Amino acid sequence: MKVTRRSLLAGAAGAVALGSTTQAQTAADPSKVRGKPSRAVGQRAAPEKVQRILRSGAASSTPHQDLMGIITPSDLHFERHHGGVPEIDPTTHSVLIHGMVERPMIFTLAELKRFPSHSQIYFLECSGNLGRTAGPDTTPGMLAGLTSTSEWTGVRLATLLKEVGVKPGAKWLLAEGTDAAVLTRSIPIEKAQDDALIAYGQNGEALRPEQGYPTRLFLPGWEGNASVKWLRRIEVADQPFMTREETSKYTEPFANNTARMFSFRMDARSLITAPAFPKTIEKGWVEIQGIAWTGAGRIRRVDVSTDGGRTWTAANLQEPVLPLAHTRFRHLWNWTGGEAVIMSRAVDETGYVQPTKDALLKLRGPGTATYHLNPITGWVVQADGKVVYKEEAWG
Amino acid sequence: MTRIRFAFMSCALGGLAAIAPLAAQQAPARFGIGRPASPAEIAALDIDVMPDGRGLPAGKGTSAEGQALYATKCAQCHGATGKEGPNDVLVGRDPRGTFPFSQDPKLPHTIGNYWPYATTVFDYVRRAMPPTAPGSLTDDEVYALTAFLLHANDLIPADAVMDKASLPKVAMPARQFFTPDTRKQLATKPQR
Repeated sequence: MKVTRRSLLAGAAGAVALGSTTQAQTAADPSKVRGKPSRAVGQRAAPEKVQRILRSGAASSTPHQDLMGIITPSDLHFERHHGGVPEIDPTTHSVLIHGMVERPMIFTLAELKRFPSHSQIYFLECSGNLGRTAGPDTTPGMLAGLTSTSEWTGVRLATLLKEVGVKPGAKWLLAEGTDAAVLTRSIPIEKAQDDALIAYGQNGEALRPEQGYPTRLFLPGWEGNASVKWLRRIEVADQPFMTREETSKYTEPFANNTARMFSFRMDARSLITAPAFPKTIEKGWVEIQGIAWTGAGRIRRVDVSTDGGRTWTAANLQEPVLPLAHTRFRHLWNWTGGEAVIMSRAVDETGYVQPTKDALLKLRGPGTATYHLNPITGWVVQADGKVVYKEEAWG
Repeated sequence: MTRIRFAFMSCALGGLAAIAPLAAQQAPARFGIGRPASPAEIAALDIDVMPDGRGLPAGKGTSAEGQALYATKCAQCHGATGKEGPNDVLVGRDPRGTFPFSQDPKLPHTIGNYWPYATTVFDYVRRAMPPTAPGSLTDDEVYALTAFLLHANDLIPADAVMDKASLPKVAMPARQFFTPDTRKQLATKPQR
């Protein structure tokens, strides 16, 4: 067989590919081996095994302990669905807008993309984002991994509402998905005419299936359930529809024997993502870092405590601090040994301060459900450097 | 000389006009994209039901009719009487009647205890149940199942017929305990 340069290269590539199917093999000196050729779709470096935390068949969490910066990789964005992830043909998918409008209309995906588009970096958080059942071996992703940040692209719902002409007296609209739950939520018209999007893009490409491909409602700063995925229909009306999701679910009992409904806004919260379980740290300088976010606009300040909340120091915020997006904070700490409890506390631009667990319990009562709980949380740095979740009793 | 200077100036002005941007394009009142939805197209998707009964279809059902349906299509997930689970507990009335959910983590959010609107039962069962075949129930079957669940929760008599006139009138004890969001309004509106 005649050996050409081409066959030699193909053989080398084949050998590399074969190696990667068994175990990630790295050359002792990469500079002595020709590297891989270009490829149409990139992949993570073979040693990187980052993945979401599966909570059930209906939810998975972002592994914040493994991430940096503020953008969540699209394939690690948290997911929560109520009837599974549907497979939708984008060439036949459309969105119907009807009800109290002058001109009921249908927009195909291609037509939605012809309207002026808007892209913005926003966080999205499930209102049930407090995992508190795993004890000390809780990771940041298990504790608060139902929040993620992406750059979302779509058409403003306000643009479409102008196209159909909203009639006087319209106050709410119903958003409906085409998943097996045919999930519905009622949305105040003010939000629809402000910053709501019908999104079709996420981090520069089409939405991921579990994020609502090909179209989803996106309501910046509001509880994730209201940003209805796989959106197929919007009905404009004069009153809320009182769907199952906004009555029997996604409502919060309060200590005065009431339940709050339509509590859309996500309040300010912060989460130390490092050091945290399952990390072990060494004595010396440690960069404490994490994310903070608020549905009320920008994060103004994040305080960090390394003495269990007795004293607090303002952390450095990574610029730019974007409204309605995760903000990365960092705080240098010289750990000299001995047990320590590290905590963070977010303050947003309205002056709202992230509450303690006790303050929330006083308001909600010991029977409180999981919705809209944003307590200050912490991690215990043990004397041997092992970091575990600071477990707290919730009544 | 004068002519040359004039020519030079007009040339410079022409250059300026070419690089100076025009004012940003104003969005039109309408773009004319999309097509009108026909009444049939709307009717095919418009399945929602409102608390005042708008959207409820023709048809009817009773608890007795719903009982058999419940046994074959619902009991597997919600228990023989709606109290056993393993999925959402649907049936049960707390004798205290004081909505003490914040104090009692074990109190199930049943239809009788927690659901504020009876129309929601019809709307949700019709759109999403059973999970193995969502949207497969006839309107009469959904009325019958709704009647069964409401009667099991002591919300309607055994012989009550549920239809588009009667269902919105069912009094739900939990309704009085729901309150809107009273958190203070934002000091500053989030920027776009």
